[in-house]
Amino acid sequence: MSRIIVDPITRIEGHLRIEAEVEGNTIKDAWSTITLWRGFETILKGRDPRDAGLITQRFCGVCTYSHYEASILACEDAFGVRPPKNARLIRNLIKASQYITDHIMHFYHLHGLDWVDIVSALSANPRKAVELAKSVCDNPYNCSETHYKSVQARITKFVESGRLGPFANAYWGNPSYKLSPEANLVITSHYLDALAVSKLGAQMMAVFGGKNPHPQTLVVGGVTSVMDMLDPQRLGEYKFRLNEMKKFVDTAYIPDVLIAGAAYADEGLKGVGRGVGNYLAYGGFPLDDGWTKTLLPKGVIQNLDIANPMELNEEKITEEVTHSWYKGDEALHPYNGKTEPEYTGFGEDGHIKGDEKYTWSKAPRYDGLPHEVGPLARFVVGFAQGDEKITELVNFTLKTTGLPATVLFSTLGRTAARALETKLVADYAENWLNELVDNIKSGDTRTWTRCKVPKNGKGRGLTAVPRGALGHWINIENKVISNYQAIVPSTWNVSPRDKSENRGPYEESLIGTKMANVNQPLEILRTIHSFDPCMACAVHIIDTKTKEIKKFKVA
Amino acid sequence: MEYCEATMDRMERELPEPKFDLRQTLKDYGVSRRDFIKWSSVMTTALMLPKAFSPMVARAAENFSRLPVIWLHLAECTGCSEAFLRNSYPNVDDILLETISLEYHETVMAAAGYQAEENLHNAMDTFDGRYICVVEGAIPMGMDGKFLTLGPQGKTGYEVTKEVTKRAAATICIGSCSSFGNVQAASPNPTNAKGVGDALGISTVNIPGCPPNGVNFTGTVLYYLLFGALPPTDGLGRPIWAYGMKIHDNCERRAHYDAGEFVEEWGDEGAIKGWCLYKMGCKGPYTYSNCPKLRFNDRMSWPIMAGHGCMGCTEPDFWDAMAPLEKPIADKHIPGFGIESTVDRVGAIATGVAAIGLAAHAGATVWRKSGEEEPKKGKAKK
Repeated sequence: MSRIIVDPITRIEGHLRIEAEVEGNTIKDAWSTITLWRGFETILKGRDPRDAGLITQRFCGVCTYSHYEASILACEDAFGVRPPKNARLIRNLIKASQYITDHIMHFYHLHGLDWVDIVSALSANPRKAVELAKSVCDNPYNCSETHYKSVQARITKFVESGRLGPFANAYWGNPSYKLSPEANLVITSHYLDALAVSKLGAQMMAVFGGKNPHPQTLVVGGVTSVMDMLDPQRLGEYKFRLNEMKKFVDTAYIPDVLIAGAAYADEGLKGVGRGVGNYLAYGGFPLDDGWTKTLLPKGVIQNLDIANPMELNEEKITEEVTHSWYKGDEALHPYNGKTEPEYTGFGEDGHIKGDEKYTWSKAPRYDGLPHEVGPLARFVVGFAQGDEKITELVNFTLKTTGLPATVLFSTLGRTAARALETKLVADYAENWLNELVDNIKSGDTRTWTRCKVPKNGKGRGLTAVPRGALGHWINIENKVISNYQAIVPSTWNVSPRDKSENRGPYEESLIGTKMANVNQPLEILRTIHSFDPCMACAVHIIDTKTKEIKKFKVA
Repeated sequence: MEYCEATMDRMERELPEPKFDLRQTLKDYGVSRRDFIKWSSVMTTALMLPKAFSPMVARAAENFSRLPVIWLHLAECTGCSEAFLRNSYPNVDDILLETISLEYHETVMAAAGYQAEENLHNAMDTFDGRYICVVEGAIPMGMDGKFLTLGPQGKTGYEVTKEVTKRAAATICIGSCSSFGNVQAASPNPTNAKGVGDALGISTVNIPGCPPNGVNFTGTVLYYLLFGALPPTDGLGRPIWAYGMKIHDNCERRAHYDAGEFVEEWGDEGAIKGWCLYKMGCKGPYTYSNCPKLRFNDRMSWPIMAGHGCMGCTEPDFWDAMAPLEKPIADKHIPGFGIESTVDRVGAIATGVAAIGLAAHAGATVWRKSGEEEPKKGKAKK
């Protein structure tokens, strides 16, 4: 057995380390470690609850809107207020831009190089590449022989300059890359297109959000961008960009995932990267002001049993710290969350102490079990519940690829679900825009419901964000924050072992993976990236004993 | 002018060949020669240079992709990288940012683990003394820096940054985290996070903002390519050309402030008419930045346009000094400003500070050859 370390895991937000024990070429055990701690909840204590949204948004600049929304929802729950219809719709529109942009950027810029060998694209035949692109899509995005040739020329220049910059020292040529040179060329060309398209998505957010990243328009009880909402030109600015993004999703993203799916089907069928087999989703994108119906589903699936979807019971959510760099051994609900750092560092051999504490991430559990969250979890839950739109998208994909539903329970499935979800949200966004226009026309221009900070109270904001199920819990005493806890999607997924030694989803998903070359951890990256890791927000936690922290000595 | 030309001659001799032919790239993106000349002229004015410098700004832009950049991620949220990657719709700034020679950047690089670390060391060796170190994120100093470890050997963020900045030609702090510590340094600062200059005791040029505008970064790099030195800054290390003006003074809602027309609560008549947000907690009067001029995301919007007050994110300690964010701070104690400072008084004091800073920092030269002794003049590197 040998132990390999991958640190830094690049192309993610934040700082993540993976250690894996390998026998021959097969991963027998794995540990995931977050190596940064920032102490957000300490900082939140004693502040005006209305500032929490802007502060917690700084958990992460990638899913920039996610925490803003969850925090405002938690406050609205605590304040006992609901935003007016216009505000709900504007929030959905901002969030849609977040979903579409985030997923596209993830597939191409953060995850793509795990599937696509850019160097191999150089030997592709551009004419055949056009044929390939047309075989999965009638009118593929930016597709012509001339264009593909120019992409090849651009990369060639880059390679010949001898300065590969961000593409240096990667795993090009690794046998685990399965795409044909033509497929590599098609997706590489979209990698470049996606850079420009992401900018359109950021602009969409800015229309109502003021800017991207870190929009500044949500307030407890509503939104502030009332002038933008009432300006038809602004609505148009959003709509034109949405149409361009939809076009990219339909003619580049979805077809590329189909191409990759065909090439990597074997891995999907073998269940490479499956994980813990339990899936959790909070609902997102409210379709009515009371959140009784949401576009993205809410629920739980355990042990891959899609015949028995379960309802979500918030009381069953806990966090524990047996293997995390904190004191304590209880599994606590976030309202009662406690966090006192107890850093014990790495072992003398330079490896993490896998049997002891080894990460800044806590271990969230539902019903005492680790659960995976994210687009795949939402699709599994929605599919199991018989959600029409989700079922239709899943069936379409399975029919096109000729693969059985079990292929979803894999690294490939995670990536495919993300693409389908992007289509679902992109297709739906225009409805919210139309609904907004109709509502304004009917004379309703309200964007805020009057509210005040309560003297005491508590509330939670549970929502579905691109990376998965996100929850913020706030306690207010004497009009200021007395306790604040967030369990973010990446905390669920990056979770270490718990008291019962159940591995977290990242860890579990790596077990049994065969590596083509243990010195090139391409397969590890592929599976870990398929969760869309985002670490800085996964670690932020700490409770009451603030002042003591500085006294802690390094072990 | 002569100095500028000599610097550029020297840079062109010593720096690697451009990775991209800018003129060809501009053409590929459909930017005409004329547009490029226009851009050079606008940028010259923005950088507060005489008009005659315009052709040199164009030449510096062509050298943009020669400059090797090592970009470090510390205690941060990656929002600055996001802003940088999505600067705006294709225009010259945008193309410059896209073609910048990123030798190490964890969010975009293909390699991971040992191979990533190898890239870092290769870049440091190959471009010793010639690369720019860009830092995104604060340095946690508490617990001997162990709140952040990086790489297979588990080095602390402090150690890595010290190593990389020591051999860099210059260090640019992008965003408020690396500039001043930002959110993780907000009270009670549990990890004792600090800005890079403060933590390492070196001079850095600071491009604060949460996130900052990409143009402020482009301009700073351009200035460096022109003069081999970092631009003149205020007392907080912020380039005067970008941070020399108060948001309040250039705000599109300023006339309403002068007329005494204020938004009194979210979504009211004043909000619909675009009145001043001061009473809703806008911190524009205390904040130095060119946001009103540049806006964000291809000039699409900026917070005040979206009806939300400025929160002062380009200022040090803003999370504490300006909190609560939805209330005005005229009657609040601001460190250094005394109690009950009025808007204008605060403005006057802050401007004074900026001017002193300018005098202290002007002419600080950081360009140095590989292996050359620290420059004797100026206090840029310690």
